[in-house]
Amino acid sequence: MVNIIKIALRNLLRYKRRTLLTSMLITVGVLAVILFSSITGAFKSLMIGQITDSMLGHLQVHKRGYVASIDNLPLHLNLGPKDVEKIEKVLGSLDGVEAFSPRIKFGGMFSNFEETTNVRLNGIDPAKEVLAAPLLSGRFLKGQAGDTLVAHGEILVPELLAKGMKVKLGDTVVIVATNSDGSVNAATFTVRGVLDAITGPGGRDGYIHIDDAAALLRITKKEANEYAIRLKNTDTLDETTAALAAALSGELNKKGMPKYEIHTWKKLSPFSNIAKMIDVMTFFIRLMLISIVLVSVMNVMIMAVFERVKEIGTIAAIGTRPGKILSLFLVEGLSLGILGSLTGTLVSLAAIVMLKINPISYDFGRQKGLLLSPSVDMGEIIVVFLLVVLISVLASLQPAWKASRMEPVEAMRHV
Amino acid sequence: MSLIEARDLKKTYHAGDVEVQALKGLSFEIEPASFVSFVGPSGSGKTTLLNLVGCLDKPTSGSLHVAGTEVASLGRADGATFRGNNIGFVFQDFNLIPVLTVAENVEYPLMMIDCCSGRERRERVAGLLEAVGMSDQAKKFPGQISGGQKQRVAVARALAGNPRLVLADEPTANLDHETAFMVIDLMKSLKEKRETTFLFSTHDPKIVEEAEIVYTIEDGLLKGFEDRRNGNG
Ligand SMILES: Nc1ncnc2c1ncn2[C@@H]1O[C@H](COP(=O)(O)OP(=O)(O)OP(=O)(O)O)[C@@H](O)[C@H]1O
Ligand SMILES: [Mg+2]
Repeated sequence: MVNIIKIALRNLLRYKRRTLLTSMLITVGVLAVILFSSITGAFKSLMIGQITDSMLGHLQVHKRGYVASIDNLPLHLNLGPKDVEKIEKVLGSLDGVEAFSPRIKFGGMFSNFEETTNVRLNGIDPAKEVLAAPLLSGRFLKGQAGDTLVAHGEILVPELLAKGMKVKLGDTVVIVATNSDGSVNAATFTVRGVLDAITGPGGRDGYIHIDDAAALLRITKKEANEYAIRLKNTDTLDETTAALAAALSGELNKKGMPKYEIHTWKKLSPFSNIAKMIDVMTFFIRLMLISIVLVSVMNVMIMAVFERVKEIGTIAAIGTRPGKILSLFLVEGLSLGILGSLTGTLVSLAAIVMLKINPISYDFGRQKGLLLSPSVDMGEIIVVFLLVVLISVLASLQPAWKASRMEPVEAMRHV
Repeated sequence: MSLIEARDLKKTYHAGDVEVQALKGLSFEIEPASFVSFVGPSGSGKTTLLNLVGCLDKPTSGSLHVAGTEVASLGRADGATFRGNNIGFVFQDFNLIPVLTVAENVEYPLMMIDCCSGRERRERVAGLLEAVGMSDQAKKFPGQISGGQKQRVAVARALAGNPRLVLADEPTANLDHETAFMVIDLMKSLKEKRETTFLFSTHDPKIVEEAEIVYTIEDGLLKGFEDRRNGNG
């Protein structure tokens, strides 16, 4: 085997320029795939992190039917005291859950004493919200998140609303809301902070303390209409969802349907479709790499066999078995693939290190200056490497087979 | 026992609709350690015969035993193994492998038949290069040596696997006169030393002089036999 490798390598070196060109082509292909997937991977995890960590959480629990009518922020689908008790008990017992935060979401009127407009608000328990959506405190454009985030009597106003209504930190505003009986109530709040908008649902909502929300809506018992849940490890998303569903499956409503609904962030955010698109693009880029490798290696190997017909005849005549001739050419194609993908991988790693030193800054929607720092995904590199090597061998198969089937006498007559 | 035993050997080529009877029924026997030449005009069937004996082609009919094996029945892979173990080849245009050095060319058949350890291989190669007088050129590539030197390397390569038979189809056709004689003499002396049978074809009457046994072949038939060894001449 060592001898076959030696002879195959010698043959590759015989046509230095051709070998160099082909392996450069493979190098560029490998570079494109690895760079593309590491940059899009960084983009994906950054965006997903933004979405889940600043608003959605990884999972959410609502009363059945809530998400379908979330645009109206209905109050009649609130989780009652028993539901709250049950859900918190289950969430507290699940291993994969890091934190959860109850929310009362509602729509109301926002007034600065001169003008009035609509506002969507989240009533939150700051101590829990900080754990379930850690990036919320990072969204403060003005004001300080501090430890309390939002205290009783305070409100966090989304940036667009603050601009449109010309409110500043410390201003007093009035929130008017209709509770579930249809009666109207109002309360005043001090502006504690102005929040940067983020991509995705709820990215332009305001925040008040959950107790203030309950008081405004004349809710006297412990209620919520949403639970946002943060996982310890996002890889356990599916199994934790399943475990949670199983634990809550015993709870049925009057119609005999499950009382609660569970959604992952993928269902809640349109970004999961972008992530899927990226995966499809990655697939096509890989497909292009496969074609590049297939065509270029096959081309080189067909040439190699054609140029060496007489030589093949000679080695067959002096006793080289067909299987050996086959492996001689397969190893030659294999070496070409390894050469190309090895340099490709090294160049890619170098490029990734460069990008880590000088991260790409980009804007997504209204978010400016996001920094992409691509990371090396060893799994991806190994997959690409093996793919290229495998395709190189496959591409050499036909020419190698042809070489091994040659009749020595005829082949030696070839000039 | 004879090394080669041919009985009523026939070979017909089909080139499109045309049939060419290249060999029309040859019978002969060749003893081990002989130095044999097949002579005849162009198209008489020398190459065809050597290809059959060398297990590179199959007879249309008749039987052919080489080193005790009925070679006509060997398949592609077994044929290759048989050639690797029993027959050495010297070709008219040398057919050395250009990417390998002189020494590696001689070593090549040993690697292909998975013979012996690396050390033993190198020793054998050194001995053979010594025997053909090419030791000082061992590291050169075929492109860097002359025709006569190439053919000496080819002879060494043919002998690498210690075959009982070396076949050489027109081994001197591409060499000048002097060099041709040197190569034939080299083969003759190796035959003496190693008791290897050499079987070569030529249409050069002067080269034929060197052979001990001469078969004349004409139009696919044996027309003459001459044994010039002492006592038989
Ligand atoms: N592959 C083939 N297909 C058809 N006819 C062939 C083939 N090989 C040889 N022949 C024919 O068989 C006959 C014998 O050819 P062969 O090559 O054995 O002659 P030769 O004695 O070696 O001639 P030369 O001295 O020119 O090499 C010739 O008539 C030739 O045309
Ligand atoms: Mg001939």
